[in-house]
Amino acid sequence: MNVLARAEAVARGRAVPAATVRHHRLAESPLVFVPLTTAGEAGAPLGAMIGTERTAPTVLVVPQPLDRAQRFDFFAGLAAAILPAIEEYADDVETEPATRNREEAEVCADAPQMIVPNAAALEYVRLLGRSTRYLRTVEDPEAPHPVPVPVPLLGRWLTHLAERARTPGSALLVAMTDLLTRHWATGQSAMEDQHLGGLLGWIDPPPGMDGPAAAARAQTGRDRHGLLLSPPAGPATDPVFDNRVLAPALERYDAARSAGTAGPLRVAEADVRRLVTSQLQPTWDDVWHGVDLLRALPEGAHVAERWKRDRWSFTGHRDRVRAGEPPQPKRDDAVTAAQKLAGRETAQARLFAQEALDDPLVMAARRLGGEAFAGTVLAVEMTYSEGRRPMPRPVLTVATPDVPQADPGAKAYRALPDTRSAQSAEVLDVVPARGSAECTVTVKITGGMGTGKLPREGSVPEVGERVTFTLFAHDPRGGPALPEAEATPWTHGGPPGAGGTGAGGTGPGDVPDVVTAEDFL
Amino acid sequence: MTRGGDQAGGPGGRFDPGAEAAAATAAILDSTLHGTARGVVVDSPPGAGKSTLVVRAARELAAAGERLMIVAQTNAQVDDLADRLATAEPTLPVGRLHGADSPPDPVLDRHPEVMKSSSVADLRDRTVVIATAAKWAYVKDVEPWRHAIVDEAYQMRSDALLQVAGLFERALFVGDPGQLDPFSVVGAEQWAGLSWDPSASAVLTLLAHNPGLPQHRLPVSWRLPASAAPLVSRAFYPYTPFRSGTGHGDRRLAFGVPGDGGGPDRVVDEAAESGWGLLELPARHTPRTDPEAVRAVAAVVRRLLDRGGVTYSERGEAPAPLTADRIAVGTAHRDQAAAVRGALAELGVRAGPGGVAVDTANRLQGREFDVTVVLHPLSGRPDATAFHLETGRLCVLASRHRHACIVVCRAGVADLLDEHPSSEPVRLGVTVKFPDGWEANHAVLAHLAEHRVSWRP
Repeated sequence: MNVLARAEAVARGRAVPAATVRHHRLAESPLVFVPLTTAGEAGAPLGAMIGTERTAPTVLVVPQPLDRAQRFDFFAGLAAAILPAIEEYADDVETEPATRNREEAEVCADAPQMIVPNAAALEYVRLLGRSTRYLRTVEDPEAPHPVPVPVPLLGRWLTHLAERARTPGSALLVAMTDLLTRHWATGQSAMEDQHLGGLLGWIDPPPGMDGPAAAARAQTGRDRHGLLLSPPAGPATDPVFDNRVLAPALERYDAARSAGTAGPLRVAEADVRRLVTSQLQPTWDDVWHGVDLLRALPEGAHVAERWKRDRWSFTGHRDRVRAGEPPQPKRDDAVTAAQKLAGRETAQARLFAQEALDDPLVMAARRLGGEAFAGTVLAVEMTYSEGRRPMPRPVLTVATPDVPQADPGAKAYRALPDTRSAQSAEVLDVVPARGSAECTVTVKITGGMGTGKLPREGSVPEVGERVTFTLFAHDPRGGPALPEAEATPWTHGGPPGAGGTGAGGTGPGDVPDVVTAEDFL
Repeated sequence: MTRGGDQAGGPGGRFDPGAEAAAATAAILDSTLHGTARGVVVDSPPGAGKSTLVVRAARELAAAGERLMIVAQTNAQVDDLADRLATAEPTLPVGRLHGADSPPDPVLDRHPEVMKSSSVADLRDRTVVIATAAKWAYVKDVEPWRHAIVDEAYQMRSDALLQVAGLFERALFVGDPGQLDPFSVVGAEQWAGLSWDPSASAVLTLLAHNPGLPQHRLPVSWRLPASAAPLVSRAFYPYTPFRSGTGHGDRRLAFGVPGDGGGPDRVVDEAAESGWGLLELPARHTPRTDPEAVRAVAAVVRRLLDRGGVTYSERGEAPAPLTADRIAVGTAHRDQAAAVRGALAELGVRAGPGGVAVDTANRLQGREFDVTVVLHPLSGRPDATAFHLETGRLCVLASRHRHACIVVCRAGVADLLDEHPSSEPVRLGVTVKFPDGWEANHAVLAHLAEHRVSWRP
């Protein structure tokens, strides 16, 4: 499907839709964050544009990126821009009624959503979180290089957002390129799709231009100064910009600073600021352009349910911060890692099912892959289960153009209107298509018909009705609970901190590397 | 699978596979029953009598008055083990713990001492309780067993072991390191290099935390014929070589109907003669379900059945007919398997239970056939991805047969390999697996080239 869509996009000269609904939550006022880094030093910030209003971004610029003091100022500025936007959501709560497994709890009515331009920027958010959440603040009298108080808190939130972003279907932190490639297929490679400007060129080319031309212009077009018309969406910068424009400006700034004269220093700083802003602005506009495009799509039916899980995640971290828990550890211990992996696998399975249910285009791909089938009911035969209370077990014969890959006995599911859980069924037989005849599947419906002797009205399809069965569960459950971290078994090194090869805290990785001669090269 | 010590050695007569295997088994049982280590790891090449070992160890532990639990990975494996155990010792009280929605195979009904339940409380007094790792993970708050046997431990994920390891004090881990590694549908790079990486194999985690555990290996493959064991050993187990349990003359595949000179017949004859056959189609980039290659696979299977094949083996004097259920077709992807099933149906060959087994490498793991027909994972591909290069995949496909293996492939795979050297990132702290798929693929291809039949359908 995706390959076909890409081929179609090439033929048409612009991107084709890959989804009929929006599979991601898009906040009313998302927090857009466009970071830029300095070439030469890993992760050193150069500047950022951030804000929830497209016309009024906060612009942060580090005039001399190698200066640690200025970098900490940048962190402080970031914290001042981001933390209020996060805390705005922290106190508006609703009460979640108690269920069988859970006591009554409060959950935030909404949660912040941060959008970055691309996957590399998302990775940079993770790096920022890692580099700031352990910094010691001015409250610590012994800290050699203290940072302003809210910086470690910023690090913890960024870490949480970046960690949550690894969960399939989550939307607390998303990359615009991921959102767009989920909903449109372009005629370029996945690698090229990481260029936000190029991607938008394919999806929504400017008047008088087709997709390939617009993408080429975004990727390689330069103005008369040799600068890119659409600078890379970061966090890396264009080397030509670095060499020809930024480097001289930094030199002027350094010179003015060492001369100690206030006037030229201000001029030089404004100069750097103007230059960095010129690189940020196009990407900033592109992200908002993407937001507009996505907003035009109707939201998928299950998006709100997935967003609720994001709200729970947000609430959970809010509680951990408020309870004064320490920042997230550098490495997960064995139990936490297994827990996260299990949670993400469940989330992936859920997303896989929900996207197909929300979107006929996704369902078509599942049908093509033999994981679902749709067709017309040819016959309904009423049978009953054995046992003391015979229950209805209608057997349907369905003619379908699809080729479901199911062995007899496989479970199948059908979405029923007005009910929350899917109707369960069992595949009895699959007769492959012969000549002009379609494939016929016989399925026995085993649930979703109420508890009476007769099936609930409307719960059994009639002859001639069109039905869609999936061979995957609609609401996959997570696995059993893992042991407590204190009960980590001997096969996994025993409980964290127990010494030896114990998990967490005392692993071999925590011993500093031995200093070798090469360290002094 | 395992024969007794009555096997004659190879033509040289110096290597006595029966004695070697018996010595290895004795050492393993000694470690398990009398050793002091909490775990014992057994590496087993394909068809080396792993299940027989598990049954034997379970019986010896039971005979020593111990009660034990057995962990296997799939319901089919659990049913198979329970069946073998009950057949070997009908009076042994066995408990088969199963999920509420997955009743055990009715085959177990013939053993009166096998008790089935979905609740562990019902089975607490059984000497041996057996279930899948997934089912064991739901067992909580019980007194731990003294002993456990973990089967197919290399296919078990580290997080699955984490869930069940609290249930036993000591364990025997048995598995085949050369087969497919466990995988996860979501990325797990963030834990790469941690000794408890939840997506890694259970044995890796176990050995990382308990480096002193005794490790044994079974030295003889009873399944693979003398023609296949050296190649599989060299290509996939370069540091832990093994031998075949039978010599060159012990197994023979013959056909009643002479070949018609067509490509499929020539490759069948070559495979009957040498144990390997490569049916090479003209080089071409194709979709995954390459119709020509799929039809060629089906044609080979059809001819195998039509030509009245008989197999002679060390199992009996009388030749056994080569029937459909003794043939398997292996592919890399599920849609390829489905395409092959379709092509077989067109030729009137039944696929599925009772007929030819057509499945992916993942699902053929642990099974055994007389002849296998393999659609090469790299056939017709424009690129060689990590999935298609995975060592375990090729190893599974190339080690399911007792007599012969026929590979159907488009020409040019060697060039494709040369154009795609492995480019997987190397991560700190991750044990590098040897050999890598690239090297193993080249080794197998080089060997197959000697048994090549070029054919233009």
